[in-house]
Amino acid sequence: MVQISLRNEADEVRQSSGLASIAADLSSDQRAFKNVSWGKAMMWIFLLSDTFVFSCFLISYMTARMSTTVPWPNPSEVFALEIGGTSFPLLLIAIMTFVLISSSGTMAMAVNYGYRRDRVTAAVLMLATAALGAAFVGMQAFEWTKLIHEGVRPWENPWGAPQFGSSFFMITGFHGTHVTFGVIFLIAIARKTLRGDFDVGRRGFFTSRKGNYESIEIMGLYWHFVDLVWVFIFAFFYLW
Amino acid sequence: MVDVPLGAAGVPPAEVEDVELYHPKSWLTHYVFSQDAKIIAVQYSVTALSIGLVALMLSWLMRLQLAFPGALSFIDADAYYQLITMHGMMMVVYVLTALFLGGFGNYLIPLMLGARDMVFPYANMLSFWFYLLAVVVLFASFAVPGGPTGAGWTLYPPQAITAGTPGLAWGIIMMLVSLMIFIIGFTMGGLNYVVTVLQGRTRGMTLMRMPLTVWGIFTASVMALLAFPALFVGCVMMLFDRLLGTSFFMPEIIEQGARLPYGGGSPILFQHLFWFFGHPEVYIVALPAFGIVSDLISVHARRNIFGYRMMVWAIVAIGALSFVVWAHHMYVSGMNPYFGFFFATTTLIIAIPTAIKVYNWVLTLWRGDIHLTVPMLFALAFIVTFVNGGLTGLFLGNVVVDVPLSDTMFVVAHFHMVMGVAPILVIFGAMYHWYPKATGRLLSVPLGRFHFWVTFLGAYLIFFPMHYLGLMGVPRRYYEMGETAIYPQSAHDLNIFITVMALLVGAAQLVFVFNLIWSLRHGREAGGNPWRACSLEWQTPVTPPPHGNFGKELPVVYRWAYDYNVPGAPEDFIPQNQPPLAGEMAGRTP
Repeated sequence: MVQISLRNEADEVRQSSGLASIAADLSSDQRAFKNVSWGKAMMWIFLLSDTFVFSCFLISYMTARMSTTVPWPNPSEVFALEIGGTSFPLLLIAIMTFVLISSSGTMAMAVNYGYRRDRVTAAVLMLATAALGAAFVGMQAFEWTKLIHEGVRPWENPWGAPQFGSSFFMITGFHGTHVTFGVIFLIAIARKTLRGDFDVGRRGFFTSRKGNYESIEIMGLYWHFVDLVWVFIFAFFYLW
Repeated sequence: MVDVPLGAAGVPPAEVEDVELYHPKSWLTHYVFSQDAKIIAVQYSVTALSIGLVALMLSWLMRLQLAFPGALSFIDADAYYQLITMHGMMMVVYVLTALFLGGFGNYLIPLMLGARDMVFPYANMLSFWFYLLAVVVLFASFAVPGGPTGAGWTLYPPQAITAGTPGLAWGIIMMLVSLMIFIIGFTMGGLNYVVTVLQGRTRGMTLMRMPLTVWGIFTASVMALLAFPALFVGCVMMLFDRLLGTSFFMPEIIEQGARLPYGGGSPILFQHLFWFFGHPEVYIVALPAFGIVSDLISVHARRNIFGYRMMVWAIVAIGALSFVVWAHHMYVSGMNPYFGFFFATTTLIIAIPTAIKVYNWVLTLWRGDIHLTVPMLFALAFIVTFVNGGLTGLFLGNVVVDVPLSDTMFVVAHFHMVMGVAPILVIFGAMYHWYPKATGRLLSVPLGRFHFWVTFLGAYLIFFPMHYLGLMGVPRRYYEMGETAIYPQSAHDLNIFITVMALLVGAAQLVFVFNLIWSLRHGREAGGNPWRACSLEWQTPVTPPPHGNFGKELPVVYRWAYDYNVPGAPEDFIPQNQPPLAGEMAGRTP
């Protein structure tokens, strides 16, 4: 990145006030979003597109839930865990949510340590994030197994509307796939960080482009997004 | 909008280092697995045009069946529905979308913006190979047991996945999978187009100096990134309904006395998802055409585009509005009538920015120095055709008029005029216009003129009579009219006339294909800027532009793309990278 040393009038406009500077940036040459790299811009726009995917899934599910004439199974009972004879509603889901939100914390710390060029700490934090993500997917798998044993199938379930199982497997499956991809990429980027690829400007295997520590931040954007999507799934599917 | 004042040097300094290009080492990475946007563009275009020829031949078979029912022994009702489905889906998604965004987008965005390449060449390459895979899966459905799906291009459930619809065993699965692969591939390309436009422009190239072609392709790409997810989700859910027996879209159905294992789903939900994609899709095809035609008219009428800013805002407004009109495709679906009122209103509002564009095109021509070159002929034909198709759109956008006309040939005539013929005319015009840049040679003009007149007049002879058939109540999607006394003999005769015209127009496209191939070797040498145009793609040091587009130094932009016939200028056009002339106000925008 070239440091801009020449100060021109556009810079002064940019520094003057919020709205005016936004307009000046957007309408200026070269880049609409100043100091946003190509990779980061791409990730933001991809996430916008992915938001539409999950919105369509959730809206379709809500349509099915609202229009079905058969009673909808009660999520508090379905997703309850029995420990020592007491039934705890949504216990596993609460743990899963806690795990995933914690992983956002470790991810944010990894980004910070990456920019400080603390390779080892950044990589360890990323691996911790990946481990938490894997734990989340593992608990998801446990949840799926439990429900399948209780007779829930995509096309039927013992308690009511068959769309319950359909939506559950489809939405959590799609989200779980996102988490799994995130875990794979986290491990790959952690490996690059640990090996010092971003310091020596080693070229990527596929793209033959030099990476830099911003990769961790871009990875983080994706991870926080997946986390945020889970919050919506939690609210609309489990708490409703 | 704040105009950006320029620094002492006239242009702001470079904010990003010049990119390091990937240099291919072998023939394979140079021409086949190429990461160069221009080669990817040619790959996309050739693939899409080939599919277009196949889809054209499918329409021939349909027309033959309609005109001479039973004459072709291999077309029964099932085969007819398969032809309809494949023709529609191929043309809309695999030809028009791929050609405008993958073909013209890849070729023109980096060149017009003064960029070396797309921002992510590797993802760009993957985008094409995913597209090709989607095409292979789609064509493979011709070979599977039961053949391709015959659900109609809208794939409405429950009909699409119940017995009686051809292709139930394999075809529908292949279709859904192919669409999903296409969407994944498009997402990789679309992110490239959008980020390149936003973040990858050269020095001096502000958003409001971009050629309208880029504005059209950019807006369409953004829309596609937001609209395709709905289709993707619809495909996933229907695939589950078909393969796993879920009931997202399937209500309780009794078939030949037996109850199907479905129940409780909503077929209307699919229609909403489909048209939330499907209506923006119309403008995903139309907006690049709007942009390209603006540039063609401006160049060949030697006149600056009238109302540039209005043109930009009209493109953006149409793009935004097109997300809130989708249910006008569903007036007869049984949804709440108040929805019809809302969607009719938004549909008619979209006519305003569209009319602004039409007026501005005409005003650009007004007192222009019009050169009736082949691209210009196609551009003019587009305006006429688009107005025609747009006017019947006003008919169909009103609930009370749409209800009797729904599912008649009138609808077929309308959408073929507005999103079939009109964008294809622009594609032809654009091919004649940019072929010299891509190959260094001009396409043959006499062949081009012949191609134009047969295509333009022929398209009207095909689709005008269809309006009449529709008003008489001839339904669409019927594979024969049969012994029906309610249609007069004239309707049957018209059907034969339309078919003959369709065969002629289709055959004339072979002249175009011949022209494309013949001119590659024998066309007239074009030079770097045969049309004397202002925009950056014509200012490359070498034609056709090599890898990296602009040689050592990227161009610097000092003006908009429409400085034609500027008083006092030495020539009748001033290229975008021409620094301010003596006496010209420095740094004026656009």
